[in-house]
Amino acid sequence: MNNYIVTNLPEVAAIILFGIGFSNLLLARNLIKKIIGLNIMDTAIYLFLAAKGYVDNAVAPIVPPGAVDPDLYVNPVPSGLVLTGIVVSVSVTAVLLALTVRLYEEFNTLDIDEIVHQLRVKDKEAIR
Amino acid sequence: MSLLYNVPAFSILLPMLAGVICLVLPARASRRLTNAVIIVLALLSFLLLNSFLDGAPTFTYRMGHYGAPVGNEIRAGELESAMAMMFLVVMMLSLMGGRNHLRSDIGRSKVNLYYISVLFLLSSMLALTYTNDLFTAYVFVEINTVTACGIIISKEDGYTLAASMRYLIMSLLGSGLFLIGICLVYGLTGHLLMPNIQEAVNQLVRNGHFQAPLQVTIALFAVGLALKSALWPFHSWLPDAHSSASAASSAILSGLVLKSFIFLMIKIFFRTVGPDVMTGHAILNLLLVFGILGMLLGSVNALFEKDIKRMLAFSSVSQIGYIFCGIGLGTIAGVSAALVQVVVHAVTKAMLFIAAGGLMDASDGKKDFNALQGSGKRDVVAGAAFVVGTMSMIGLPFFAGFITKLTLVTAAAGAHDWRAYLSLTAIVLSTILTAIYYIRILSLIFGKNGSEDQDGEVRSRRFLSAHFRRHLSMDTEYILAILAFIGINLWIGLRSDVLVDIINVGLSTFQ
Repeated sequence: MNNYIVTNLPEVAAIILFGIGFSNLLLARNLIKKIIGLNIMDTAIYLFLAAKGYVDNAVAPIVPPGAVDPDLYVNPVPSGLVLTGIVVSVSVTAVLLALTVRLYEEFNTLDIDEIVHQLRVKDKEAIR
Repeated sequence: MSLLYNVPAFSILLPMLAGVICLVLPARASRRLTNAVIIVLALLSFLLLNSFLDGAPTFTYRMGHYGAPVGNEIRAGELESAMAMMFLVVMMLSLMGGRNHLRSDIGRSKVNLYYISVLFLLSSMLALTYTNDLFTAYVFVEINTVTACGIIISKEDGYTLAASMRYLIMSLLGSGLFLIGICLVYGLTGHLLMPNIQEAVNQLVRNGHFQAPLQVTIALFAVGLALKSALWPFHSWLPDAHSSASAASSAILSGLVLKSFIFLMIKIFFRTVGPDVMTGHAILNLLLVFGILGMLLGSVNALFEKDIKRMLAFSSVSQIGYIFCGIGLGTIAGVSAALVQVVVHAVTKAMLFIAAGGLMDASDGKKDFNALQGSGKRDVVAGAAFVVGTMSMIGLPFFAGFITKLTLVTAAAGAHDWRAYLSLTAIVLSTILTAIYYIRILSLIFGKNGSEDQDGEVRSRRFLSAHFRRHLSMDTEYILAILAFIGINLWIGLRSDVLVDIINVGLSTFQ
C-alpha cells in the first residue's frame, strides 16, 4: 500500500488537491474563496494529466524528421490537454470574477448566503 | 452526399463565425444574422437527416484529415442530425417568441451581445451532439456553461446575477468531475476518441484489469453530467436560473441546454463505455432511483409554487426525471423512450415558457398567481398554448406527451423486475401530480379576473390595442412561434411513428 502511494505520488497529490478545491468551491460562503477553490481544482487536474504524460529521463517531444524511438520523448497529448484546460479555466475564472464584481456592487457583500437571504427579503416585501 | 458530408463541421463553425461578426453589428442586423444562420443550418440538417433516412451510411468526419488515434473526429448519424435539427428549430421558435421581451429586458445597445451568447451556445450544443472526441466534448461543455450563464445574466437585475452565480458554481463542479473522469479514461485506455475507448474498455473488462478505476470513472461521468442536467438531488440551481431569465432564455435553457448534456451522457454511456459494460450497471439503477425521486418531488415542489415561471422550472425537474428513468432502465427501449422525452419536453417546455412570457405581458409583467388571474382570456394565444401544454404534459392522446408516456411505460413494463414496478408506480403518481398543478394553473388563467374585475376588462382592451397597433410585427412573430409550437406538438402526437422510427434506427447504428 505504501509503495503504491510512493510510485503514484503526483496522482495521489492531485486527487487530494482536487478534493480540497472541490469542497472549497462547493462549501465556502465567500465568492472569492469559491473562485480560488475552482482554480485549485483545475490545477489539480493539470497536475494529474501532466503526471500521466511524464516519462522518466525523456525530453520534450520536439521530434526531428525520420524514424525515432518514442520512449525518448514524453507523451505530448496530456500536455496539449493541459494547455487547452488552462485556457478554459482562465476564461471561466474571468467570467466568475466579473460576476462577483457585479454582485458586490448590487448587494455590497461577497457572502452567497447573505445575497440569497437579501433576495428572499426583497421577495417578501414585493408580495406585501 | 459528398456536400452533405461537411454539414456537421459546418454547423459547428458557422454559428461561431457569425457570433464573432455579431460583435460589431447593431442589434437588428445581429438578430437577422442569427436567424439566417439558424434557418440555413436547420435546412442543411434536414437534408442530412433525409439522406440518412434514404439509406446513406453514417459517417465519421476527420477534422484536418488526421487519422483515428490522434485526430479529432465528428460523427453523424440519424440520431445526431435529428437532435441537431430539434435544437435548431426550438432555438429559432424560442428567439422568435421571446423577441419582444428581449428588447425590454436587455436594452437595445446590448442585444447584439445577447445574440453572440446565443450563437456560441448553439455552436456548443451542436458540437456536443456531433463530437466523437471526449476532450472536445469537455471544451464545448465549458463554452456551453459560460454562454448559458450569459443568456441568463443578460437581463441585469439582482435575481439573475445571483441565479447565474449559483448556476455557474454548480455547473463548474460538474465540469470538474467530468474532466477528471476524462483524465482517468485517458490514463486507463490511452484514447480520447469514443470508438477507440469502447474497444479498450471492452478489453479491460474481458481481462478483468483495472475494474475499480473504471467504475469510478463511470460514476464521475454520471455525477458530473447529472449536476449539469439538473437530476433531482442536484437541481437546486435550476428554478432560480430558469425563472429569473428573460422568456426566450428560459425557453432555451429549459428546453435545450439541459438536453445537450443528457444527449452527451447517453453518448458516453452507450457509445464510449459501450452497451456491453453499461447494461445492468449499478450506476444506471442509481440514475433510475434519482430520476424517479425527481419525477415525484419535482412535481410536489411545483404544486406549492405561487410563481408561474418557478412552477414551470420545477416541472422541468420532474420531466428530466422521466428522461433519467428511461436511461436508468438500461435497455435500448428505455434509452429510446428517454430520447423521445428529450424531444417532446424540449418542444413543450419551450412553448410553455414563451407562453408564460405572454401571460406576464398581459398582467403588467407580474408572474405570481394573483396577478395572472384571467390572463388566458387577455392573451388568447398564450392561453391556447397552455391548454395544449397541459394536455401534452399530462399525456392525453393526440398530444406529444402521450408518446413519451407510451414508450416509457412500454419500456418499463419490458424490464420485468423491481425496476418495472417502481417506475410504473412512479409514472402514474407523477402523472396525477402533474395533472393537478397544470389544471390548477389552467383554471387560474381562464378564471375570472379576481379582485380587479372591472379593471381587467379595461386592461384587456388596452393590452390588445397596444399590441396590435404598436408592436404589430413583433406580435406576429410571437403568435407565429406559439402556433408553430402547437403545430409541432400535435404533429408529434399524431405522427409519432416518424419520430420513434428515427430514434430507433438511430440507436441501432449508434454503437
